[in-house]
Amino acid sequence: MEKLAFERPIIQRINAGLPSKHGISRKLEPISHIDEVPIKSLMDEYGSPLFILSESTIRKTYKEAYRAFSSRYPNVQFAWSYKTNYLNAVCNVFHQEGSWAEVVSGFEYDKAIANGVPGELIIFNGPDKSREDLKKAINNGSLIHIDHFDELYDIIHISKEIKERPKVAIRVNMDVGVYPKWDRFGFNFENGEAWDALNRIMGSKNLDLIGLHTHIGTYMMTTEAYRVAASKLAHLAVSLERKHGHVIQYIDLGGGFASKNTLRGAYYPGTDTAPSFDDFAEAITTALMNSEIKPSHLPMLILETGRALIDEAGYLAGTVLANKRLSDGRRATIIDAGVNLLFTAFWYEHEIRPIEPISEQTEDTIIYGPLCMNIDVVRSNITFPLLKKGDHYVIRRVGAYNNTQWLQFINMRPNIVMLDVDGKTHLIRKAETLETINNQEVTPEHLRSFNL
Amino acid sequence: MVKFNCSSKSAITSFKVMLKIRKNIAISDSGFVFDPMSGESFSLNPIGLEIIQLIKNGNNFKEITKVILDKYQVDEETLDRYFYDFISTLKQFNLLESTSHG
Ligand SMILES: Cc1ncc(COP(=O)(O)O)c(C=O)c1O
Repeated sequence: MEKLAFERPIIQRINAGLPSKHGISRKLEPISHIDEVPIKSLMDEYGSPLFILSESTIRKTYKEAYRAFSSRYPNVQFAWSYKTNYLNAVCNVFHQEGSWAEVVSGFEYDKAIANGVPGELIIFNGPDKSREDLKKAINNGSLIHIDHFDELYDIIHISKEIKERPKVAIRVNMDVGVYPKWDRFGFNFENGEAWDALNRIMGSKNLDLIGLHTHIGTYMMTTEAYRVAASKLAHLAVSLERKHGHVIQYIDLGGGFASKNTLRGAYYPGTDTAPSFDDFAEAITTALMNSEIKPSHLPMLILETGRALIDEAGYLAGTVLANKRLSDGRRATIIDAGVNLLFTAFWYEHEIRPIEPISEQTEDTIIYGPLCMNIDVVRSNITFPLLKKGDHYVIRRVGAYNNTQWLQFINMRPNIVMLDVDGKTHLIRKAETLETINNQEVTPEHLRSFNL
Repeated sequence: MVKFNCSSKSAITSFKVMLKIRKNIAISDSGFVFDPMSGESFSLNPIGLEIIQLIKNGNNFKEITKVILDKYQVDEETLDRYFYDFISTLKQFNLLESTSHG
C-alpha cells in the first residue's frame, strides 16, 4: 500500500486574534532579501554568520536626519561618531554625505586621517588623549574637546612648546532630567566648573575657544533632555559674549538619539517609542533659536549622532545550529552568532526573523548563541517559529557598536559585506583566520615544542 | 539566568514509560483540545490528533512509532525527533499526566 505524506505533529495554543503584549501579530514574516539581494545567496558566497550593511539605508537615514535639522536651522553639521562603527567603508559613506569625523582615541584619530578626513574637520573627544595625540591634533588644526583640567593644562603647555594655537571647545556635563546623570565626562554646568574652565581658557591667551560641546547620554528617548541641554549651552555662549566679547563658532550636542531597536524589558517596541529626527531637531533648534544668542551670532550646530544613523542599515544573518529542550520544557534554539558578535544583545531585544518561509507554528523560545557560557543569550523570550538545524535567520538593526565592540572569543570574526546602491555586493572586512590571530602572537623559543 | 540542560533527552521516549493524557482534557475529532482546568484551548494538526488518540488508547511509544512508520513516508529518526518535540510541547501545555518511571 502507498504510504501517506508525513507532516510533523503539531499542537498550538489557540490565541488567534488575541494581540500580543505589543498589540501586533505574533507571526514573524520572513525577511528573505536585503535591498533586493537574496540573503541566502550572500551566505552561500560569504559564509555564515555574515554581517550585511546596506549603503542605501545609510544614505537614506543620513539624508533624513540632515533634512530634519537643516530645514529648521541655518547652519548644521554632522560629525560621524567613529566608535559607533569605524569600518572604513561605513565612515566614507558618511564622509561622502558631508559628515566630519568625531573620534575619541589616537587610534580613531589616525583612522580618520587615513580615510582622508582633513585634520581641521576632526573633532577629538574623550578623556584619553596622550600628549602625542594632542600635539598631532594641534598641528593639524583639529577641534579638541577638552574633558578635564589636566588635559586643559597639558594643552596650554604644548601650545607654548610648539607655538601653534590649539582650537578647543570644552565638554560640558549637566543635569538634563535624565538619570543616571552622565557626569563623568567634561566639566559640570550646575556647579560652575564649566564656566570656570571657560574663563581659564579665555585667560590663557594661547588657545582659541571655538565651541561648546555636550553628550548627554545614549539611547535617549526624550527630546526634552536635548531642549534643556541646548538651552544650557546657549546660556554659556551668551555669558561668554557678555563677559569676554567672545563669540563661539559652534555648539555641539553630541549623539544619543535612540535608534528603533527595542531596549531589553521595554514594554513597547522601539519602532513605536523612538522619537523621530524631526522631534529631536525641533527640540534642539527651537531651544537655540529662542535663546538669547543674537541671530547674527547663531553658532553652527554640530551633531555626533551615532546609533540612530547606522543601526537600521546593519543585518546579521546566520544559521540555526540546533534545538533543544531546557529542563523546564522550554524550547531553546542555538544559532551561530552569539554575544561575541552581537554585543548589543546585552541591551536590546533584537528583532530576529527567519529568512525562509517556515511553519505557521510558533513557540516561546530562548535563542542562544554558540558560546559555552550562560550569558550567551540573544533573545531570552521570543515567540518564534520552529526553525530546525540548518535553517537561516537574520537579525535586524545591528549596525551600531557591534562591529566595534565585538569580541574575538572562541571563534573568529566573520565577513562583513556592504550592498551598494545598485545592489552590488562588496566585501568590506574579511573574516579572520587562524593566521590573523596567530600573526599577533609571539611564542617564546622555549615554548615552541613539547612532547606529549 | 537559565542554564543549559545538556542531558536533553528525558525519559519521555523511553519504551517503558506509559504516556497518559490528563483525565479531564476534552479532545474533539476535529483536533480541538480543551483544558477545563485552565480554560485554555489548543488545536492539533491531523497527525498530532492521530498520535494523541493513540496515546489515549493506551499505546506506548514503541507501538505508536510502528503505526506511524507503517502508515506514513517518514524515517525513524525524523519521527523520533518530531515525536519527542511534540510530547515536550504537550508536557509544557500541561496536557500530560506526570509520568512515573516504571
Ligand atoms: C562624545 C560622543 N559623541 C557621540 C556619541 C554617539 O552616540 P550615539 O551612538 O548614542 O548617538 C558618543 C557615544 O557614546 C559619544 O561618547
